[in-house]
Amino acid sequence: MRKLFFIASILFVAIITGCAGSNSDQQSTETTGVVSGGQENVQDDVSQKDVVKIALGSPDHTTLVAALKQAGLVTSLSNAGPFTVFAPTNEAFKKLPAGTVEDLMKDENKDKLINALQYHVFVSALQPDFLNQENTLNMVDGNDLHITVENGKPLLNGKAHIIASIPASNGIVYVIDEVLLPQAK
Amino acid sequence: MKRILIPVLSLTAAILLLGITGCKPKNAGTATAGDAASRVYVEPGKYDEVYNFVSGGFSGQVSVYGLPSGRLLRVIPVFSHDPQSGWGYSENTKPMMNTSHGEVPWDDQHHLQISQTNGETDGRWLFANANNTPRIARIDLKTFKTAEIIEIPNSAGNHSSPFITENTEYVVAGTRFSVPMDDSNGDVPIDTYKKNFKGTVSFLKVDSSTGRMNIAFQLLMPGVDFDLSHAGKGPSHGWFFFSCYNSEQAHTLLEVNASKRDKDFIFAVNWKKAEEYLKQGKGQKQTVRYAHNVYDEETHTATSTIKNEVTVLDVTQFPDIVYAIPCPKSPHGCDVDPTGEYIVGSGKLAALIPVFSFQKMIKAIGDKTFDGDYEGVPVLKYEAVLHGEVQKPGLGPLHTEFDDKGNAYTSFFISSEVVKWSVKDLKVLDRIPTYYSTGHLMVVGGDSRKPYGKYLVAYNKITKDRYLPTGPELNQSAQLIDISGDKMKLLLDYPTIGEPHYAQAMPASIIMKNSTKIFDIAKNKNPYATLGEKYAKVVRTGNRVDVYMTMIRSHLNPDNIEGIRVGDEVYFHLTNLEQDWDVPHGFSIKGANNAELLVMPGETQTLKWIPDRVAVFPFYCTDFCSALHQEMQGYVRVSPKGSNVPISFSMGKNSDATIAPDSSKTK
Repeated sequence: MRKLFFIASILFVAIITGCAGSNSDQQSTETTGVVSGGQENVQDDVSQKDVVKIALGSPDHTTLVAALKQAGLVTSLSNAGPFTVFAPTNEAFKKLPAGTVEDLMKDENKDKLINALQYHVFVSALQPDFLNQENTLNMVDGNDLHITVENGKPLLNGKAHIIASIPASNGIVYVIDEVLLPQAK
Repeated sequence: MKRILIPVLSLTAAILLLGITGCKPKNAGTATAGDAASRVYVEPGKYDEVYNFVSGGFSGQVSVYGLPSGRLLRVIPVFSHDPQSGWGYSENTKPMMNTSHGEVPWDDQHHLQISQTNGETDGRWLFANANNTPRIARIDLKTFKTAEIIEIPNSAGNHSSPFITENTEYVVAGTRFSVPMDDSNGDVPIDTYKKNFKGTVSFLKVDSSTGRMNIAFQLLMPGVDFDLSHAGKGPSHGWFFFSCYNSEQAHTLLEVNASKRDKDFIFAVNWKKAEEYLKQGKGQKQTVRYAHNVYDEETHTATSTIKNEVTVLDVTQFPDIVYAIPCPKSPHGCDVDPTGEYIVGSGKLAALIPVFSFQKMIKAIGDKTFDGDYEGVPVLKYEAVLHGEVQKPGLGPLHTEFDDKGNAYTSFFISSEVVKWSVKDLKVLDRIPTYYSTGHLMVVGGDSRKPYGKYLVAYNKITKDRYLPTGPELNQSAQLIDISGDKMKLLLDYPTIGEPHYAQAMPASIIMKNSTKIFDIAKNKNPYATLGEKYAKVVRTGNRVDVYMTMIRSHLNPDNIEGIRVGDEVYFHLTNLEQDWDVPHGFSIKGANNAELLVMPGETQTLKWIPDRVAVFPFYCTDFCSALHQEMQGYVRVSPKGSNVPISFSMGKNSDATIAPDSSKTK
């Protein structure tokens, strides 16, 4: 319980920092032309939701969403894609050794976090049928993800199961029950 | 416990959502450099600093912008019909659209290259590729008109084109789709790809004085998808580099099946070596069929010639012409830095950008540091050719251009940004977001030996909310970025024509001073030219009627024509007698099933018209030419088939039509 409060407060801090960050970004843009944000800021309530908006709308993916924000991957994933995103639930993140998430969320570990999240994204929208066969996918971070089939269902790196699949405008989100970790080559 | 936790988390989620909304930069991407307005403001009456030629993508045309203002100066009709100028509709320009498939009125125009001398843009010609029905066009930068279009045989999807060598010795064409060769039986199952499908890269010799293109030779290559290319320069002059994807040789669902291998290739072609083999007579003549269309500036008319032969060198028979450089994950852009030493491959699915060294490549070839072969082409060891890798530069690298200070600029589609990095030490120096999803980018002179630098334009693929909405279809955006300082600065954002892919630019001075103002009417060799009003006439030959008509402010001569019959083939040959800059006249006639004509001063253009009914048809000048433009009009009387109304024509002869309505004047 305390830990969760801790996460929550970290997220809170992240938000505040995030805000401050983008504010200062904005100020500096007046002289540098650098502004934060991309297609995630487009006002559009009509189009199908993209992979980020799906994650944002899910109460089970708050950790993932916070991590995507911290890693600065929201803009990329709001793009045209097409993406296959394996989205670990909050419960999946909780399975990681204590402190892992908190550690990854630290600014000094941003590169690690980016790599970890990019390992959950594949460029190309893979349909469920396609995943239901043995395969190796080279993920965005450059590492391979191995898919096997167990009891007629795909198993990722011999561990993670797909709980649900949600089609998105720019790809497809697969909700998974484990955080994926690159396997030693 | 859980029950308590969920509200906490939901609260966090809510805060997050709030946070996101709250954090949203209100004017994402509107903030520009503080002095942006003054940097892009070109005072009325003043000129832009740079000509920017922009490919038109699916419009098939080329647009010309001024930089830094972003003002559209001109759209040059190239591969697509252009009813506003009569391009593709006039008898003079119809042959330009001819191919071995007959008339093709459209294409998909992706890449451009300005001709070069010693690796520097010389502003003589602009080469443009047609992606769909493989062709290369040459645009004359004196007239801004398409002067030549040549079809590429043994090709399907001329994407890897029209890149040139540093003295415009050659312009190249690499096929995107591998296919069975034209002289083989094409009626094969698609799943025999590996056996029957081949790729080609073609080298077209460019005449150094006229610019005329001719296919010198084709290299028969492994069956992959050739993507982009750039010539070596300086020390690497004599080599050409072609990126490819689909070394998996998939023929279906390439989205997945062409991304399986860790590495595809950049093929390094030693074209000087190929020339040697050709001189020794090693090339094989192959029967093919392709159109070669040339527009003659003096007859103001195009001719189309069907040609039937190419010379082919099978690279597997000559293993020292081509070497394969392994390049990670479906390389797209293949760009050579100004020194000619570094070759940058942008694997669109790679997490890094490899930079190859020409010197190392030559050494690896000498030492035979090979890693086997790919379909008979020696594969160089990746590490042996690698200068280094730009690590984690961004997501989805596509294209790289260079400035005059040793920096490279790479566009990233997925992370939607331009990243500046140092060619020497491969360090990322700066990044700037683009709105949204950049495809190509261009630095002024950025693929030449002497980049002008200063400006970079990012050509974005997604527009969404950047401009006032115009329904589901939005024009692609271009973003002008100042690269003169350490930090890139966004200066301007403007919509474009069609879908720009690659672009080229050079300082305005050379092109400006060579620009044609009028066509000298004394040099008009069009067989249907009417070189003075006194020569205006109408001639019937069977059911063909030739109208020799002049245009000058503010009348068309003749402007009363009778004796035309339904079903006649009428050819209006319009000669603009003006010898004054920017005084074109237009010509249109009611019911014409094609388009108008726009006739430049001193030019002759012909419009074919088959009247479909008995009536009096009006015609008029369409280009506001003078105070009495609206008076520049006339009539054609069309009589029934078999009518005995004789041909007559006149101008300025008023008759009392109310007394004798049926009388016809004969001349």
